Amino acid sequence: MTSTLLRPSRRPSANAGGRAGARSTARRRRPGYWFVLPAVGLFAIFFLYPLLSSLWQSFFSTTGGESTWVGGAQYLRLFHDPLVAKSLFNVGLILVIQVPLMVCTALGLAYLLNQSWLRFRTGFRAMHFLPAVTTLVAYSLVFRVMLATDGGAVNQLLAMVGMSPVDWLNSEAWSRVALIASITWRWTGYNMVIILAGLQGIPAELYEAARIDGAGRWAIFTKIVIPQLRPVILFSSITSTIGALQLFDENFILTGGGPNNATLTPVLYLYKVGFQQFDFGYASAIAWLLVAIIAVVSVVQFAIMKEKK
Amino acid sequence: MTQTLKRLPVYLVLLVGAALSIIPFLWMVIASTHTTAALFATPLPLLPGGELWKNLARLQQETNFSQVMLNSLVVAVIYTAFSCVVSAMCGYGLAKFRFRGRGLVLGAVLLTMMIPMQVLLVPLFQMMASLGWVNSYQALILPFLANAFGIFLMRQAFLDFPDSLIESARIDGAGELKTFYRIVMPVARPQLAALMIYTFISQWNSFIWPLLMLNTEDKYTLPVALNTMIGLSRVDYSGLMLGSLLATLPLLLVFIIFQKQFVSGLMGGAVKG
Repeated sequence: MTSTLLRPSRRPSANAGGRAGARSTARRRRPGYWFVLPAVGLFAIFFLYPLLSSLWQSFFSTTGGESTWVGGAQYLRLFHDPLVAKSLFNVGLILVIQVPLMVCTALGLAYLLNQSWLRFRTGFRAMHFLPAVTTLVAYSLVFRVMLATDGGAVNQLLAMVGMSPVDWLNSEAWSRVALIASITWRWTGYNMVIILAGLQGIPAELYEAARIDGAGRWAIFTKIVIPQLRPVILFSSITSTIGALQLFDENFILTGGGPNNATLTPVLYLYKVGFQQFDFGYASAIAWLLVAIIAVVSVVQFAIMKEKK
Repeated sequence: MTQTLKRLPVYLVLLVGAALSIIPFLWMVIASTHTTAALFATPLPLLPGGELWKNLARLQQETNFSQVMLNSLVVAVIYTAFSCVVSAMCGYGLAKFRFRGRGLVLGAVLLTMMIPMQVLLVPLFQMMASLGWVNSYQALILPFLANAFGIFLMRQAFLDFPDSLIESARIDGAGELKTFYRIVMPVARPQLAALMIYTFISQWNSFIWPLLMLNTEDKYTLPVALNTMIGLSRVDYSGLMLGSLLATLPLLLVFIIFQKQFVSGLMGGAVKG
C-alpha cells in the first residue's frame, strides 16, 4: 500500500501555473501527507501526549504511589514553596547580571574582531569561539576542578598575587559568582559569532556615509552599529534568557544546586522533586511554571520584533 | 606609528580574551597528564607531565571508557541520521505540498520550539518505564527524533526550490521519494550539513535525559559516565580531566573540519535555546 501511495500515477501533466497547476496541486496532496507523517506521528506520541499528560498530572498528588485529584493545590504550593522562590531568584540574578554582561562583552569583542585592519583576525575569532566547542558536562567539570578551594588552580593563581583563597563552590555568594563565570566563559564566544554575523550584514555604505558626515568612531558605533544590530542583539539576549531559565547541566555538576540552594535553578528543582522525591504531580506543576515563564519571554520577543517592523 | 599605538589596547584586550578562553582548555590538557596529587600541589604544574598513559589505562580500567565513548558515538550517529531524515522529509512536505492540515502542522512545529523539553521529563520517564525501555538506546533516540527546529530549517531550505524542476522529474517518471532524494535534497546540502552537526552535538551533549534513563555502566554515554565519576568516594581528578578532554576532542575535530557548518549549525540551534 505504501508503495502505491508514494508513487502516484505517472501521467505526464502540464507544468505548474494556471488550471493545469491547480490540477497537479490536487494530485500532490497524498505524498505530502506521507512526507509529514513520520514527524507528526513522533510528535503526537513523544510530544503532544506527554505534554497533555504532564498538564493532567499537575492536578494530582502522587506521593505514596497513589494519585488523588487535588485541583490547583500543586500550583498554590508553588507560591508558598521557598525553594521555588529561591530557584527563581537565582535565575533572576543570572538574567540581571550574567546575560547583559555576556551580551555586552560579546558585542564588544565582535566589533573589535570585525575591524578590517586587525591582524590574526581568524585566529582571534577561533580562540574566542573555542569554549563553545566544549561539552557542557566536561567544561563544568574542568571549572569544578579549577575552582577547588584547597589547591585549585584559580586559588593558587590568586595566592601568587598575594590574595587569600576563595571558597568558590561552598559559599552562597561565591558559588553564584562561579556559576556566572562558568556560563559566561562557555557562551560569550558563541554570542560573539552570532553578533559578528550581524555586523557583516551592515552595508558598507552606511559607514562611509557617516564618515563623510564627519562622524567619529564612537558616534558610528552608537548611531549606526547598535541600531543596525538591534535584531541580532535581541536574538542573543532572548536565547540567553531562555537558556538561563533552563539551566541544569552546569549547576548540577558544579555545585549540585548548593550551597544552601544558592545555585538551585527551576529545572534542577524539578529534577529533584520529580526524580529524587518522585513527587510527579508537583514536578509537573513546576514544569508548567517554567512553560508559562518561557511563553511570556517568547511573547515579549515577538512583540518587540513586530514593533521594530 | 601613532595609529599602531592607538591599536595596541585592542590587541591587548583580544589577547586577554583569548588567554581566558584558552586557559581552561590548556588546564584540561595539562591536568590529564599529571597525577591527581599534582593537580592540587604547589607549585601548579604548568607543562604536560608524563602520566597520560597511566591515567588513560586507569580510566579504561575503572570506567571502561572506550565503551562509553563508543556508546556516545553510536547514539549520536544513529540519532543524527534518523532525525535529519525525519526533519528533511517533513520540511519538504510542508514546503512543497498542499494538503489539509498543513497550516496546523506548521503552527504546531513553531509552537513546540517555544516549549521547554523539561516539561516532558516526567511523562516520558513514565512512558519509558511502562514500555520497559529504561536503560535502552531507543529511549534516548526515539522521543527526540522529531525536531521542530530541524523541520523548520529544512522547510526554509526547500521553500525556494523551483516547482517546475519537481514537476519535470515527475514527468520523467521519477517517484516521489526518488524526486525528493535525487533532485531536491542535493540543493539543501549546506543546510542539511549544518543540521547534522547541530543534531550530533545536541545528542553528544545531552545530559539530563540519559541521566534519567541509563542505569548500568555498560550503557552510559559520556556525560553520564563523567558525572558518576565525581560521585565516587575518592575522585580520580586527573582521570576526570582526561575524560573531559576525550569528551571534547570529537567536537573539536568536527569544528576544525567543518568550521562553517559548525558555526551555522550552532547558530541555528540557538533558536531552540
